[in-house]
Amino acid sequence: MTDSTGAGPAPAAGPALDNAATDAEQFDPTRAFRCSPQVSLRPEPFGALVYHFGTRKLSFLKTPQLLAVVSGLERHPSVHAAIDAAGVEPAQRPAYLKALAGLAANGTIEER
Amino acid sequence: MKLVEHFQYGLNSPICLTWELTYACNLACVHCLSSSGRRDPRELTTAEAKGVVDELQRMQVFYVNIGGGEPTVRPDFWELLDYSIDHNVGVKFSTNGVKLDKKRAAQLARTDYVDIQISLDGATAEINDHVRGPGSYATAMRALENLAEAGFGQPKISVVMTRQNVDQLDEFAAIAAKFNVQLRITRLRPSGRGADVWDELHPTAAQQRQLYDWLVSHGDQVLTGDSFFHLSAYGEALPGLNLCGAGRVVCLIDPVGDVYACPFAIHENFLAGNVRDEGGFQRVWQHSELFTELRRPQTGGACRSCSFYDSCQGGCMAAKFFTGLPLDGPDPECVRGFGEQALAARDGSTAIPKSDVDHSRSAPRNSRGRGPVPLTLTARPADAARPDRACDASPLAVGADSPLSPAAARA
Repeated sequence: MTDSTGAGPAPAAGPALDNAATDAEQFDPTRAFRCSPQVSLRPEPFGALVYHFGTRKLSFLKTPQLLAVVSGLERHPSVHAAIDAAGVEPAQRPAYLKALAGLAANGTIEER
Repeated sequence: MKLVEHFQYGLNSPICLTWELTYACNLACVHCLSSSGRRDPRELTTAEAKGVVDELQRMQVFYVNIGGGEPTVRPDFWELLDYSIDHNVGVKFSTNGVKLDKKRAAQLARTDYVDIQISLDGATAEINDHVRGPGSYATAMRALENLAEAGFGQPKISVVMTRQNVDQLDEFAAIAAKFNVQLRITRLRPSGRGADVWDELHPTAAQQRQLYDWLVSHGDQVLTGDSFFHLSAYGEALPGLNLCGAGRVVCLIDPVGDVYACPFAIHENFLAGNVRDEGGFQRVWQHSELFTELRRPQTGGACRSCSFYDSCQGGCMAAKFFTGLPLDGPDPECVRGFGEQALAARDGSTAIPKSDVDHSRSAPRNSRGRGPVPLTLTARPADAARPDRACDASPLAVGADSPLSPAAARA
């Protein structure tokens, strides 16, 4: 049904907290990011649906907290600051950084 | 809770919304899921359709799958396409290609956020035209050529898998490669006129296995609309949502504004409301009794003890319903054969539901030759209360098509 996500819409294809980022090395969380202007976020009970109008890919933010981080990016000087502001548990930070690196790699978020 | 479990309880807005703009069609495909042919005089007006787009924008429905009938025969189709795109509701439309001449192809190539699916049900004219009608293969090929020449970025060809074309999967892939298009294959459902030909056309058990194996080895290059999740019980889960999305993440708005749980379920039992009702589409999606019911946890019924229940979830609701099987039992194409047993156990007392919505022309515009697919287009009893008849003589010509995609169903 979610053909737009390529081979398989697959919830699993969405950037998940448990997904490994492809190029974590290039993602620098000390820098300032924002949600891509081509991306729309739709809050849902599980977190949010992400639609990229450029690539037409559908993906998912699997927790409401990740949605808070992503939508807060533009108000903070760094990714770390946005994570702090969303109140992410310290133990969860590595998982969030990984997820955000994945979102940067697929164009959902970008440096500003 | 896993994401897929959230999906079962429904979302604020649909992920996959099919919107059939018209029941009018230039073709009379034998398996048409919406029994299209004649325009319905109660069709949403241009203004009403724009109102629906406004609502979809507010609900952040990022794109709609437009079908019909043949949507491009609506005179305001191109206006609605632009309106939708301008309001951040991307459009994927399914067409038989009848209106995609060089000029339109060039216009579409300049438009962002539009995707095109050309319906093709045979890799050869012989097999395609048998189902879709004489000349329909040539029409589709011409549309593909025009789009390629105009530089339109990756249209799709959309194939309904039948007993006659399963063996052509590699040929479909070759056509896709030739035109640089993406291949999309979907499951034949016994919906609309599809009910008349399902026994003859649905893939055999051996072909289902063949299809599954092909999907496992080519799955990353082909779209499926997640319509083959019932095959996941063969072993490896197929990519995508392995769950019936009806009323949960999927729904249909039909040409007169009726909202059904799924495009393959045009029947009063699956009618949730109408976009013309107070509260519009949003109210139907979020509060209708039917959709609320569909979002309740399901028990699995007769399938509950099956060790493959987690992979196939009982299969497609529409496929069961229109073959007269109980909704909480196996899919008629259950890979373990329980569906076949259930079909065989039907007797004279089994009521096989028929849709009360039928816009088939009483006689096909183009007669077909004899062949392996008997022409079963004779009209079903017309509902005298419907004003359709006035439109029999309507000059509204042009294209038909079986729309798309949504995921299948569940018990």
